[in-house]
Amino acid sequence: MKMAQGISSQEERYRIDYTPPKKGWLEPKIEFRKGTYCYPASLKHQKYLELPNQREWQPAEQDWKLPENWKEIILEGMKDRLQRYRSFKLFLDICVRCGACADKCHYFIGSGDPKNMPVLRAELLRSVYRRYFTLTGKVFGRLAGARALTEDVLKEWFYYFYQCTECRRCSVFCPYGIDTCEITMMARELLNLVGCNINWIIEPASNCYRTGNHLGVLPHAFKTTMDFAVDEVKEITGIKVEPTINRKGAEILFISPSADYFASPHWYTFLGYLILFHEIGLDYTWSTYASEGGNFGLFHSMELAKRLNAKIYAEAKRLKVKWILGGECGHMWRVIHQYMDTFNGPTGFLEEPVSPITGTHFENAQSTKMVHICEFTADLIQNNQLKLDPSRNDHWKVTFHDSCNTSRSMGLVEEPRYILNKVCNHFYEMPENTIKERTFCCGSGSGLGSDENIETRLRGGLPRANAVKYVKEQFGVNLVTCICAIDRATLPTLFEYWVPGMEVSGLHELVGNAIVMKGEKERTTDLRGKILNSLTPPSPPTGRGEGEGEGHDHV
Amino acid sequence: MGIFYSFLATIALVLFVSIGILGLEWKSFFTLVVPYAATVLFIAGLIYRVLKWGSSPVPFHIPTTSGQQKSLPWIKPNNIDSPYTTGGVLARIALEVLFFRSLFWNERVELRRAYELLFKRNLYLWFGGLAFHWALLIILIRHLRFFTEPVPSFVLLIQALDGILQSIAPTFFISNIFILGALIYLFVRRVIYPQMRYISLPSDYFALFILLGVVFSGILMRFFFKADLVKVKGWVMGMLSFNPVPPEGMSLLFYIHLFFVSFLIAYFPFSKMIHMAGIFLSPTRNLSNNSRNHRHMNPWDKPVKVHTYEEYEAEFKEVMKEVGLPLEKE
Repeated sequence: MKMAQGISSQEERYRIDYTPPKKGWLEPKIEFRKGTYCYPASLKHQKYLELPNQREWQPAEQDWKLPENWKEIILEGMKDRLQRYRSFKLFLDICVRCGACADKCHYFIGSGDPKNMPVLRAELLRSVYRRYFTLTGKVFGRLAGARALTEDVLKEWFYYFYQCTECRRCSVFCPYGIDTCEITMMARELLNLVGCNINWIIEPASNCYRTGNHLGVLPHAFKTTMDFAVDEVKEITGIKVEPTINRKGAEILFISPSADYFASPHWYTFLGYLILFHEIGLDYTWSTYASEGGNFGLFHSMELAKRLNAKIYAEAKRLKVKWILGGECGHMWRVIHQYMDTFNGPTGFLEEPVSPITGTHFENAQSTKMVHICEFTADLIQNNQLKLDPSRNDHWKVTFHDSCNTSRSMGLVEEPRYILNKVCNHFYEMPENTIKERTFCCGSGSGLGSDENIETRLRGGLPRANAVKYVKEQFGVNLVTCICAIDRATLPTLFEYWVPGMEVSGLHELVGNAIVMKGEKERTTDLRGKILNSLTPPSPPTGRGEGEGEGHDHV
Repeated sequence: MGIFYSFLATIALVLFVSIGILGLEWKSFFTLVVPYAATVLFIAGLIYRVLKWGSSPVPFHIPTTSGQQKSLPWIKPNNIDSPYTTGGVLARIALEVLFFRSLFWNERVELRRAYELLFKRNLYLWFGGLAFHWALLIILIRHLRFFTEPVPSFVLLIQALDGILQSIAPTFFISNIFILGALIYLFVRRVIYPQMRYISLPSDYFALFILLGVVFSGILMRFFFKADLVKVKGWVMGMLSFNPVPPEGMSLLFYIHLFFVSFLIAYFPFSKMIHMAGIFLSPTRNLSNNSRNHRHMNPWDKPVKVHTYEEYEAEFKEVMKEVGLPLEKE
């Protein structure tokens, strides 16, 4: 079923067949078909990050140019990680293969490939663990589900562990809380020990290390971009906002994913931030050194995640701010909520976050000292600190897509919904099996959003798209709002295929639309420049809005 | 294939004990050596496994949050699915262990037509799993009557409740029906669903066969080939006081039952059944969602190479100056 054979209809192209193959799964499957895998990291970026086994190579080629002693490296690495991570050891030991996780994975649902069942994805690694680290595996071999580590097995790992978005949906349903994300993280660390990584992760990570952000935006470009945004806000609202960059002594350091100020449709969320902060008179600064909230290091190794994350506290310390506010991003908040303090704390040089506008103490962030913008804005609205005109979003019928990380690794569920209900009049939830802790991944998370990986992404995105299609048909929804920069970068492509006509936005774009600024001129357009016709919301739209620029960039 | 080998292994166990008893008269071996050895393996194995897990730290704070975090005071937090107190964590684990809470939310996805998904709540696995585990627990408690003198009242009470239908059918225990039904269900689902068959290992079937062996032999003894319970109790009490005397005049079925049980507990720590202990240590379930207000320590944390601001400024000084961004060194 290759695309090249001219099968064009949607029905056929991504046919889903849930019938498992005849051959057992212990046989590695190593077919690298175009569209289903990501390209390896370019040499330049491997070098910049000083990664092991630097080389040019291609997964589809026979020779992966592995180091002579690659097997030793992997097995040593495995032993090391078994000693360092209880999660790893435990999750390799206690799975009973009950199958509850199987149809919880978006990649399995969209592909039918049994090795995309979380249980089997983990078994790919578990089988090797059994062979080298357990008595039963050593004695009974294949009968005990054990297999030797071969190059083919390694290739299979590469294929399937870069076909898991670390979304943790399976861990919600597993009766023991086995988290495939942990397994995938470990597997990727192992693969990286022998230099098997992908460019869509390594390039942004390398950029981020050098320039402060994934997209490689240099400080002067950052400043120019900011000036451009200021002009645009002025044009729309008549108000000149005055954001500052790298300013010492500001009360708050604000950090967002870099796509927010560089990609589309993120840009309008960026404008929303600027409008909001100006309106409440926030004493805050942006930073060019810490110009990235996201952390693609997380998708490579804990070490690289820590290396990239270090900038946030370092910059907060240098600028002598009191606390940090963070923008809309999914995996960024995985790192901030669950890793940052451990990585790079303690934070004695900061103060407990207190909203300067409402006086609210953000007690839930008193150690990490970083507050999510949804917590911040919800608090403002609840304290009546914002004048809002939700009718300015009446041209949207909105649904909310929970990001995997904010829902399943943070529990940020009601804050964005509270805000959404205040800033727009037409908000419809998707079916409950697909939202909140059961939300479906966009299919492109954890560094897999590259163009060459399009088939895997479209398949993995099917469950999300399907729920969106449902609310489109039921309620005429025409906008998917989310608080994740990867979503904003990759959902448009997904919907273009599965739900044509669906737009994607950040939450603070809608906030920016709704805020009635002091002294603003009458708004004739929304932040996208669309003419406001506040009388009636359109019925289900038939085509996409105006061209939206690239939007497929790294975030 | 897996089924075949597992079944063969199970039959081999039956043959082993049959030949051992009928041919070789190894009665002491099966009633003294094997149970003692199995008990030692069980206890030592369990401790070994738990200590081995425990010896690896939990470097990061990674609970899976399945509910609203505790953030702003006016937003209702979910202290069970996104626990923020120790009580919440304990409740989450208790509900998981006692009622399989995560499995309770299980759903099935179907393709209604091409590219159209249908989600259906699916309680079969939850019910089957729960029925098996609870029935097993009740049966274990009932067996305490062999291990205690006087028999505690809760054991008698549970036995009475479990046998409440005995007025209709003598020697009938509800738990027996449940455990048999549940085990057969758990076996059948592995066989009839193609995905389940695909992921099942020989050891998955083997565990079920051993359990079925225990249950079958137990029920047969209860119904058809009654064992002399007084003798059994005398033997068990002797074992407990390390003054063991093999019971006389027991049928082969008794030895088969005993051997299956011994094998099961000896095998237990080295098989997937160890999940019983593992669930308590699962870091996605036993940590509270408070990682932003309590710093979690990583015991093997070490400094990493970072790109400092000084290095950054050194590289980009010129362009920063160009657009008027403030510099440290000027």
